[in-house]
Amino acid sequence: MHELSIAMGIVDAALEEAQRRGVQVSAVHLRLGVLSGVVKDALMFSYEVACQDTPLQGSQLIVEDVPVVVFCPQCHETRTLPSVQLFQCPECGAPTMDVRQGKELEVFALEVQDDEVQGDRVQEHDVQKSEVKE
Amino acid sequence: MSEPRLVEVRRNVLKQNDVIARALREQFRAAGVFVVSLVSSPGSGKTTFLEKTLTQLQPRYRVAALVGDLATENDAVRLARSKAPVKQITTGTLCHLEAAMVQNALRDWDLHQLDFLFIENVGNLVCPSSYDLGENLRLVLMSVTEGEDKPLKYPTIFNSADVAVVTKNELASVVEFDWNAARTSIQSVRPGMQIFRLSAKTGEGMEEYLNFLSQQLTEQRAVARA
Repeated sequence: MHELSIAMGIVDAALEEAQRRGVQVSAVHLRLGVLSGVVKDALMFSYEVACQDTPLQGSQLIVEDVPVVVFCPQCHETRTLPSVQLFQCPECGAPTMDVRQGKELEVFALEVQDDEVQGDRVQEHDVQKSEVKE
Repeated sequence: MSEPRLVEVRRNVLKQNDVIARALREQFRAAGVFVVSLVSSPGSGKTTFLEKTLTQLQPRYRVAALVGDLATENDAVRLARSKAPVKQITTGTLCHLEAAMVQNALRDWDLHQLDFLFIENVGNLVCPSSYDLGENLRLVLMSVTEGEDKPLKYPTIFNSADVAVVTKNELASVVEFDWNAARTSIQSVRPGMQIFRLSAKTGEGMEEYLNFLSQQLTEQRAVARA
């Protein structure tokens, strides 16, 4: 069970982004790949624990499950795998290890409100300013 | 307070680990050392397998091992019998190794003096799959006593591995191990994966696997020189 350390990583990342923008976080949106090796239920529980005594206490963790998407070398198409127990194209049956999606463990977005001290002025630029990071 | 709104941030939660793992991989490449990490369930015979690997590679190569364990140093003591340098990483309650632990453990080692470095992860088929350790090859080990469908139960770790080793082959007939079923489950979760079937105890099949490692080292050094 390594979900607690993952949850602490999520809290750290969210807090850093929140402080940089001078905002309060009410919810954290996470993209969680089926191949990330993280168990969702354990993570939800751990998140609450990790938030305790931080400015994120009481915030929500909203998890978007990301299915495994592979590229089929036969069909030359990306396909969503119905099961991680069978790495083959669901259409033609060709085996494939060309994984295009499904390993994500990413804090994707934050639901925020401005800190009262900072006021509302910056809010409209926030979305544009948040550059895409690895 | 203003109305809540959504801000896109896109932060990889494991970025810190990935950055260290990348630095390690570069360090390994520069030193010309080939690094193999071992993952398996507890009790699959990882330590015996590693002990035999170290002993049998030693006449030809300079080898060393890092061993992750929750609490004891028993594994390091056992592996030290191979006379190779061995260091224990005691993880406490942590169920897996992270790149930073590997980095810390290697601080006082001169990697240029090594051909092979083995990293034995904590016995666990779930958590280690999330963490890149900078290794060149991830080897997943399962024993014939664990059942042919182990890969289907733990697809993520098998999928993240580069080669599979099926051990304790000396017990295969006793437990009526179905080799074809095992191969089918491995290929199902990780198409194309090379599989070695061996017995660390009797030595059966070890040579083919050791030759494979030698070949990997030669290839890595050829790439590094190019």
